[in-house]
Amino acid sequence: MTQKVKVAITVNGTLYERDVEPRLLLSDFIRHDLGLKGTHVGCEHGLCGACTVLIDGHSARSCTLFAVMVDGSEIKTVESLGTIDNMHPLQEAFHEKHALQCGFCTPGFLMTAVEYLEGNPNPTAEQAREAIDGNFCRCTGYENIVEAVQLAAKKMAAH
Amino acid sequence: MTESTISKSFKRNEDPRLLTGNGNYIDDIDFPGMLHVAIKRSDYAHARIKKIDTEEAKKIPGVVAVYTAEDLGDYWRPGPLQVPPPTAIKGSVFHARPLECIAKHKIRFSGEPVAVVVAESRYIAEDALDFIYLDVEPLQYVGELEKTLDPDAPLIHEDLESNLAADVVQEVGSWEKAAAEADVVIKKRIVTNHVAGAALENRGLIAVWDDNFKILNVWATTQGPIPMRNSIARYLGLMENQIRLMNPDIGGGFGPKIMSSQIDDVVVPWIAMKLKKPIKWVEDRRENFLGTTSERDQVHYAEIALKNDGTILGVKDVFYHNTGAYNPYGMTIPLNTQTHVISIYNIPNYYTQIKMVFTNQMVVTPVRGAGRSHGIFVMERLLDFAAKELGMDPVELRRKNILPPEKLPFRTGVIGQDFVENVLDSGNYPLALEKTVDAIEYEKFKKEIQPKLRAEGKNKGIGVIMFTEGTAVGPYEGAKVMVGVTGKVNIVCAYSNQGQGHYTTLAQIAANQLGVDIKDISVVIGDTGQWQWGVGAFASRGITLVGTAVHQASVKVREKALELASKLLNTPKDELEVADGVVRVADVPEHFISLGELAMRANPTRGTVEEGMEPGLEAASYYGPPHGATGYGCLGLILDIDPETAKVKIERLVITDDCGTNINPMIVDGQIHGGLQMGIGEAFYENLVYDDYGQLVTASFMDYLFPQATDMPEKFEIKHLVTPSPLNPLGIKGIGEAGAICVPACFMQALEDAFEGMDLDITQSFMGPSKLFHYVQKAKGA
Repeated sequence: MTQKVKVAITVNGTLYERDVEPRLLLSDFIRHDLGLKGTHVGCEHGLCGACTVLIDGHSARSCTLFAVMVDGSEIKTVESLGTIDNMHPLQEAFHEKHALQCGFCTPGFLMTAVEYLEGNPNPTAEQAREAIDGNFCRCTGYENIVEAVQLAAKKMAAH
Repeated sequence: MTESTISKSFKRNEDPRLLTGNGNYIDDIDFPGMLHVAIKRSDYAHARIKKIDTEEAKKIPGVVAVYTAEDLGDYWRPGPLQVPPPTAIKGSVFHARPLECIAKHKIRFSGEPVAVVVAESRYIAEDALDFIYLDVEPLQYVGELEKTLDPDAPLIHEDLESNLAADVVQEVGSWEKAAAEADVVIKKRIVTNHVAGAALENRGLIAVWDDNFKILNVWATTQGPIPMRNSIARYLGLMENQIRLMNPDIGGGFGPKIMSSQIDDVVVPWIAMKLKKPIKWVEDRRENFLGTTSERDQVHYAEIALKNDGTILGVKDVFYHNTGAYNPYGMTIPLNTQTHVISIYNIPNYYTQIKMVFTNQMVVTPVRGAGRSHGIFVMERLLDFAAKELGMDPVELRRKNILPPEKLPFRTGVIGQDFVENVLDSGNYPLALEKTVDAIEYEKFKKEIQPKLRAEGKNKGIGVIMFTEGTAVGPYEGAKVMVGVTGKVNIVCAYSNQGQGHYTTLAQIAANQLGVDIKDISVVIGDTGQWQWGVGAFASRGITLVGTAVHQASVKVREKALELASKLLNTPKDELEVADGVVRVADVPEHFISLGELAMRANPTRGTVEEGMEPGLEAASYYGPPHGATGYGCLGLILDIDPETAKVKIERLVITDDCGTNINPMIVDGQIHGGLQMGIGEAFYENLVYDDYGQLVTASFMDYLFPQATDMPEKFEIKHLVTPSPLNPLGIKGIGEAGAICVPACFMQALEDAFEGMDLDITQSFMGPSKLFHYVQKAKGA
């Protein structure tokens, strides 16, 4: 068995100090060690974007990073956004625009979009489309996701 | 009566859960002490197994067990077939070779399972895979469809005389006669693309054996919970009610998740019973590419016979269909191809022959579109070639041959995947064409816009094609609707949901009868502990079959509520109404009884009951149509191509579709969007490629191009026609596959139009960027 390494990682505001194998993927750390199952794994090679989380404010693919690489960082997952009874405006926009079907890729889109909207509060459709281009969705054809990102921008501006 | 809940775009009940990370997908389920399975898959495409050495793998700390086919003993057996042979078609030949859960004597495709490792973690299980050694005698790979039947082709199943898996001929009228009478006969070799389902979530299965109660709990991503449960029961010798198979949330299906009798559902439950531990297997993306099923690969030799005025006299289509190494899913796909060549056209003489062949490739089973897109592709390409030959406008040629509404219902004389005659049940085909042609401004584009663009040296082309979508096939589905003592309603069925929105649409159907807020209606889908009967999610049949069963059951429950309320309120039934969660006297709304109270009363605890009384405010119902309902539509595309880079921009996409009554128009449009995305992928991005040794060289998203947001048009312009199907009380037809069916044919027509005068002569349904570039260069003579 390989030597375990101590890490201290803050996830959604809570500091977790754990001993992990150096080869443990960040996605597995989040999902299986911390039990935050909202982050999904679709391809395990950094292409599909379902596992996107924010690391120190920037979106990144958690399936191509080891947990030890983000020691000391602050991570945000979909669980940091809203709750069933009190959704984040971005989640509300996805709901209203029918921007999800099976829902598997959705957390990745949300984490990509939430970062994007912080720096781009009023995107055109073309810009919103460009922003989500790195995330794969098999169900929606993306059109409603583009509209949801734009709607979210309006909702967030009104907040 | 309260307002109808049908044909309204309710926001989905399931969304808040899925949006907030509260979904529960297969890999989200964990149990204490759970062990993890990883599968050793063959790197050889065709080989005889001499020895599989697992000793070193077993020694790795954390490895609990390693099993090969030999270790399964008598438990190892192939099959059963998931779809029966097409005995309904006279003279059909079908050589059943169902799946082997683990290869025992012979490996028949690269990616076929040869051993499983059980370990304390998935990481350790995967480590151990590298310490399993295969000693094999490699055999020659068989992959090229048209060479599989050569006398010297190596045999994939050595007990057969050849690699022929099935041979089915169907004929309506006489092709010979049509060809003899024709002014023009055109013959083409047409190839359809090989694509993956590529759901964002891979497959998975968890089995937990309760040794005290002798119950096996299974969670599986299957699209067919009941068939999978029955398959497991038969393998393990258990009664059906000893197995509770449940669908968690499923991250997309698109066809390949329908399969059972694979390694996961055969071997994982066996391990769970043997080791008495919870066992989890979750597929990774590479395995999904290599070992899960895929579809489309066909080679057609197609002919069309016409009069000089464009009237179709007949079509002949003889095609090879790749079934991969086994044929567990019967003839579903190629039979769909046979019925869909006819599409919406008047074809008096039609000869069609399937030659299903075994190859050393992954097994072929339905992927969204499932044989339909190939039939449409062949027919539409033939029409385009005919239009060129006859000097006719492609739209004009279609107009000439469309079946008019007064011909419907039209019996095609061809037996389909449901083993009954394909019937075009309802619709207005010419109207769909005209609506699309008008919306995309076909005439204006051809006559005014395109000549100018051509003069400027621009390559912009238009395409318009028609399609059918055979949906909602039998045999049947069922559901139970129950009003609970809280007055809330629960629907149970053993269908399967992969994102289609059933938690909302089925609730809408029940709410329409029971006057309950749709948010107060919960839906259980795919739990065999709660509902015992059903077939599965395929052929865009959910909302039509399960929806109709829910409707019928809801009508019964409503009737039961009225009967009981009539007694309790001392009021005749016809003076009562069901609304707002109560049954009340229509003229005296304050005189009411709540549905919850009625549910309590519907389970009397003392006294006697009338003969034939059925307790509970609940009812079950089954629905099986006489034949499938056929949706249809028309697609128009304008493509703008840069000939130097072969970059294609979809400038406009207009689709007119008729799927009968839309239960939820928002969800219907969503289904069309997703289908179109897959169709665009099939035409221009996605392509499974095997090399000369049977290695899949596109087994990752690095190589298999997944269509992304910027690959789509700015807007999917959707026009609707609504012709309720006469087959079911709500008039529903399916919609799940429309978009995936229609794109490739239209794409190729528009590409050829963009390069008019170059004669691109496209006879394949995949024209990826580099391929298109070479076609254009070749046509230029460069």
